[in-house]
Amino acid sequence: MMTKFGLINAAVLGTAIFTASSAPGVAVAGSDEIVLGAAVSKTGKYATNGKHTINGYNLAVKHINAMGGVKVGGKSYKLKIIYYDDESRGARGAQLAERLINQDHVKYMLGPYSSGLTKAIAPITEKYKIPMVEANGASRSLFTKGYKYLFAVLSTSEQYLASAIALAAEQAKKAGRKPSSVKVALAFENDAFSQDVRAGVIEDVKKHGMRIVVDGKLPPELNDMTAILRKVKVVKPDLLVVSGHSKGAALAIRQLAAMKVNVPMLAMTHCDSARVIKKYGKKAEYTLCASQWAPTLSYKDKIFGSAGDFSVTFKKAYGYAPPYQAAESAAAVMVYADAFARANSLNTGKVRAALAATNMQTFYGNVKFDGSGKNIAKPMVLYQIQDGKYNVVAPTKWASSAIRHPTPVWSKR
Amino acid sequence: MIENILLLLQNPVALLDLVLQGLLVGAVFALIAYGMALVWGVMNIINISQGEFVILGGFIAFYFSQWGISPLFAVPAAAGALYAIGWVLYRIVIYRVVDKDLFISILATFGISISFQQIMNEALTADVEVANHGLGTWSFVGGDITVEQIRLVALVFALLIGVLLAIYMRRSRAGQAIRATAQNPRAARIMGINTDQVYARTYALNAALCGAAGALVAMIWAVQAYGGLVYTVRAFMIVILAGLGNLVGVIVAGIGLGAAENLAGFILGLEFQIAFVFGLLVVVLIYRRIRLGFARRVLS
Repeated sequence: MMTKFGLINAAVLGTAIFTASSAPGVAVAGSDEIVLGAAVSKTGKYATNGKHTINGYNLAVKHINAMGGVKVGGKSYKLKIIYYDDESRGARGAQLAERLINQDHVKYMLGPYSSGLTKAIAPITEKYKIPMVEANGASRSLFTKGYKYLFAVLSTSEQYLASAIALAAEQAKKAGRKPSSVKVALAFENDAFSQDVRAGVIEDVKKHGMRIVVDGKLPPELNDMTAILRKVKVVKPDLLVVSGHSKGAALAIRQLAAMKVNVPMLAMTHCDSARVIKKYGKKAEYTLCASQWAPTLSYKDKIFGSAGDFSVTFKKAYGYAPPYQAAESAAAVMVYADAFARANSLNTGKVRAALAATNMQTFYGNVKFDGSGKNIAKPMVLYQIQDGKYNVVAPTKWASSAIRHPTPVWSKR
Repeated sequence: MIENILLLLQNPVALLDLVLQGLLVGAVFALIAYGMALVWGVMNIINISQGEFVILGGFIAFYFSQWGISPLFAVPAAAGALYAIGWVLYRIVIYRVVDKDLFISILATFGISISFQQIMNEALTADVEVANHGLGTWSFVGGDITVEQIRLVALVFALLIGVLLAIYMRRSRAGQAIRATAQNPRAARIMGINTDQVYARTYALNAALCGAAGALVAMIWAVQAYGGLVYTVRAFMIVILAGLGNLVGVIVAGIGLGAAENLAGFILGLEFQIAFVFGLLVVVLIYRRIRLGFARRVLS
């Protein structure tokens, strides 16, 4: 054990000394390093999820390097990431991407956090023909622009909560009602990601002929949901769908409980990154949460082991259970490592071709890109918070527990 | 929009509930606004960092609830801590800009605001956090009207602080010194008042008010390092509406804004709730200007 840690330390130290001695601003620092660049939000409104992203990237780099790094042309290379803080602003992200490519001479980019930032950076990487593997830009609109150098390991946002609609239809049938009698309330933040999730939800709502009774937008500077939840209380929908990043998730659960708004089914995004179980305990029960990944899934790889193993490793390193944002970020680095090895070259064109041909399984899920660069081999899962745990309840293939439905009214909880 | 109005008319109880929820939290906004009015009136500084003081107070409440102490105790604790921070800030930054141009002090406090955001983000947490108070909700009319006990507590706290403040300003020597300095700093100095100390005390008092309000915000909603701006904007709005040095006016305007905001959020949609506050600000300013025009004409 000691020797293993000693080795890792020596490797890390060696890398650090090497970096320090190399001239600043040169990304291909030496013959034994591959440098990836990333502009991620360390500050601003995406700071929370930016942190998860960075932790995911770093953990993967650490593990890949500890296992000997990446072999290209018979030589082992260590991975290294240069980070800049994009301050959660698109303009800044684009500027930093230019800087990474032109000043730091980075040849391979990792994605930022959020669809909005990815949208700002993708045109830059495209212009310089620099591949970008991203793990946190899920907006569908990223993959309709014909980008050739953008690859996303995650499921696109219109799939996020579509399974919640299917679930609501299923439950209605079970209760002897027509799915078309289901009333749906929507509360979505006014940003690229959430509006895309909404588009996917609406598509499915229409498919089942359901009725939308509230279709509200949440402002980016959201700080109080009283008004929209009061409307939900008046119109009594069968399903409430919320997407407003961590703040939306945190406020919705707190205020639904405080205002005693009864909804038979509540589905949302970002429950785990907002850590709603820790925050609210019993009040968070029954909530359905869209997730790119779950520690209970049966995917495996050689670097981290199973999904469950990754969860344990991550928790040991950072002191909290990995939200899916961290898992998918780690997977992005693994995709790069795999592509370098298969390309057997550090030529960006060849690496791009290898990325496009990716077909692998990681602890996070299968990765295979279609022509537009999005991952088509991995489904979204839907958790339900049951007895203080996230249990996968849909889709059926991955479900570890049965859904608890309907949510009892507040006076009986 | 029209359907939302109809919905409210068909459900008058919901209307009542909405107004009530707003009235109860409006007092929290009033606290923040009163601090702003105080600093503005006495020192001629528009403090842009109000919101960050609020968020910092909120984090103190969050840590209290993490440590297993009721965050209700964080209201005085946050006030105390922010008083000290306000004092230090005055000694480092504010005293340099106190008799300078308004533009310079706005820039300075804007700088404080950005610095505070980053410091909180780095040193405390980047997460959205809440303080769990353990209080429940009363339901009336079959659950159609709900009163969160914490909102009521917030109202009581805010009114209590308001009354204490009024007594302090009227009765105590320190309060009288603040008022004297506000009226005429030069004359106050001639009368032997240490205006530098008065300014420090005023600025610290403002920070304390924001801190107390922030603790309440963390118990009712949630706080995040970058979420302060809306509280600064609301405070500014209330001060413009009520005028400087008018405690009762500030409380009435605060409570009114709380209710009006909720109604606007319901009728126009939540995404326009803050836009409504800005819009109202413009309307009030235009109205003020027109009235001023009338006043001039009468005088001439």
